[in-house]
Amino acid sequence: MASVIFASLFYFATLALVVGLLYRINVYARTPSPLKIPTTPAPTTKGGVVLRMAREVVLFESLFKASLWIWGLGWLFHASLLLVILRHLRYFTEPVWGWVALLQPFGLYAGFTMLLGLCGLWMRRLFVERIRYISTPSDHLMLALLIAIAVSGLLMQFAVHTDVIAVKGFFLGLMSFDIRMLPADFILYLHLLMVAALMLIFPISKLLHAPGIFFSPTRCQTDNPREKRHLAAWAKQLESESIK
Amino acid sequence: MSDITAPAYRVIPIIPALKPGAMEGKGPFVASDKINEAIGFPGQLVEDWHDRAIARMGELLSKYRSLRVFMDACVHCGACSDKCHYFIGTQDPKNMPVARQDLMRSVYRRYFTLPGKFFPKLVGARDLTREVLDEWYNYFHQCSECRRCSVFCPYGIDTAEVTMAAREILDSVGYGQKYSNEIIGKVHKIGNNLGLPAPALIDTLEGLEEDVKEATGIDVRFPIDVKGAEVLLITPSADFFAEPHIDSLIGYAKVFHATGTSWTLSSMASEAGNFGMFIGNYEQLRKIALRIREVALELGVKRIVVGECGHAWRVAYSFWNTLSGVGEGADPNDKFAQMLQKQLDHRYKQPMHICEFTWDMIELNALSFDKEANDKHIITFHDSCNVARGSRMGDFAGGQFDIPRNIIKAVANNFVEMSPETTRERTFCCGGGGGLLTDDLLELRVKGALPRMEVLRQVADEHGVNFMATICAICKAQFTKIMPIYGFDRRMVGGVHQLVSNAIKLGDK
Repeated sequence: MASVIFASLFYFATLALVVGLLYRINVYARTPSPLKIPTTPAPTTKGGVVLRMAREVVLFESLFKASLWIWGLGWLFHASLLLVILRHLRYFTEPVWGWVALLQPFGLYAGFTMLLGLCGLWMRRLFVERIRYISTPSDHLMLALLIAIAVSGLLMQFAVHTDVIAVKGFFLGLMSFDIRMLPADFILYLHLLMVAALMLIFPISKLLHAPGIFFSPTRCQTDNPREKRHLAAWAKQLESESIK
Repeated sequence: MSDITAPAYRVIPIIPALKPGAMEGKGPFVASDKINEAIGFPGQLVEDWHDRAIARMGELLSKYRSLRVFMDACVHCGACSDKCHYFIGTQDPKNMPVARQDLMRSVYRRYFTLPGKFFPKLVGARDLTREVLDEWYNYFHQCSECRRCSVFCPYGIDTAEVTMAAREILDSVGYGQKYSNEIIGKVHKIGNNLGLPAPALIDTLEGLEEDVKEATGIDVRFPIDVKGAEVLLITPSADFFAEPHIDSLIGYAKVFHATGTSWTLSSMASEAGNFGMFIGNYEQLRKIALRIREVALELGVKRIVVGECGHAWRVAYSFWNTLSGVGEGADPNDKFAQMLQKQLDHRYKQPMHICEFTWDMIELNALSFDKEANDKHIITFHDSCNVARGSRMGDFAGGQFDIPRNIIKAVANNFVEMSPETTRERTFCCGGGGGLLTDDLLELRVKGALPRMEVLRQVADEHGVNFMATICAICKAQFTKIMPIYGFDRRMVGGVHQLVSNAIKLGDK
């Protein structure tokens, strides 16, 4: 019974995540940028913009300039999360890809550093007056959710083991629309439930910062307004309507 | 106004504690019916303001990717929270960039997102009530659109874009700001922000010719409305009469004279400023920019050069080509843009900043200077926000920082930098930009200048700096007004071309 519920939940969450994100990305991509507004100094070539974006996405360059504390904790969390997610690929591939196998021990430690980063970020949110002022309940809940996911995952690894072979079987089954048995472990249920919740929340919350940054005009525009004319469709419309 | 005093300098770099409500109800005067209607906005707050504001917001969300992405992307990380000069000076938490954006984001979430519709409390979503609208008016007129926060945001969220959208929504429901809207009315009616009519302008320029003749013995001309001139100079109208602005105008004229460049001003487009940007209204932005195209065509000039004005240079550099086709790629169906493209000389950048012009001439060895003439000054340079973070000069990223400094170093011997945390793209706004240079906001202006005054005090004490050069009419006006409140001589501030004017050798080459 639980297997069927979790199977449907993950099908639904995956669908919502993919459709929701595609919808959002489509909205961002379709919305025009009428004016050139890169935050200067900005790259004057496309290649330069690619580099700038890479530095933003990989190294969090602007955040580094802003505050070493937020940068350190934020980067630690995101890099760890990436490793943890890559490590989880082993539950979806048979045989496990070589590089995923290589990552396994690192992914394990990343679980702890991820937790460390998240706790640090929450401490900031709780104890720095300015950050507390701007925090909404959802900001706190988001951190709580991520922390709970990390903790439940680490618990299964180090304290209350679950049958990972069966878990892998369940997910491999899902991928071929074959519902197999999920081990009946409370912590596993909790872990999976919260991951599904995160997937559902993703396209309707501040987690949209992930696709959003790729569409941020102040970062992804080339600084060449004098050399190349930039005109949005609706602005062009004005042009043909006016006499002068 | 005499009760306004300067806030105490911080023990750098302590971030101020919050003082909620410190700047509540301290917004600028509201525009009258007459002022609003003159530029096509409803005279006063309309009956159905709520529905119209939400509709306008939806429209802006579909027209501006910046607004759409910025409303969604913020994670409340707090990177920007201590970066705004108005927050530092006033300690009002709603002057933190993220909190200012949230004034609008809370409404966006309520009306345009699922969680905000179903769980408003959870995600900090709010109905657009009259109180919220008043809060918008108040705090979106305590942002100078200087973009400093956008430098530090990990997603590049630019509060200026949010402020512009908010002001556009407020204008569309008849809740406009007196200062900006009145000025836009004057530009259309008279040709410049200050409302100087052509005869007064011509008179002023004749007076300037006499003054320069008296001081130098040389006939430096200040031509206006001259057909067939090579260069059309578009400069902020403050350059025509305000101190210290006028000294830079004399500097431009001397550079043109010394290089033998034929140039002209225009009485119809006697204003580089474009307050259409401040109020976030594309139509006004465009209409004000098109005056310049019209004049350029009428006078048949080959080049357009822009004087020392921060936001004007952002508009000219970043937006003019989009708005009027001044540089490249004019629409084939746009007759006037096509004419302009053919007429202008594309061996030169169009438009060009006066600093680019002067620096080119210095590099070509076409100018010579008596640097000792500036020896009484120990000079520092204040980067103006719109030039620093919204434009460029020269051929490489960051030319907007190097070229004005290069000019200063070419015409003077003593140059000192202020703290690197407050220069180049990290520069602080003077405190009066973005349509806030009005006396009804004097308290805000004084407090907003705090971070700049702190570091100026530092270099004044340590290095004896007694002159702060800048290339923005608003910076110049703001600093001359507020610096005495901080115990500085108002004559400490001036233009880069004022220094050029002091040192240039006329009739030498």
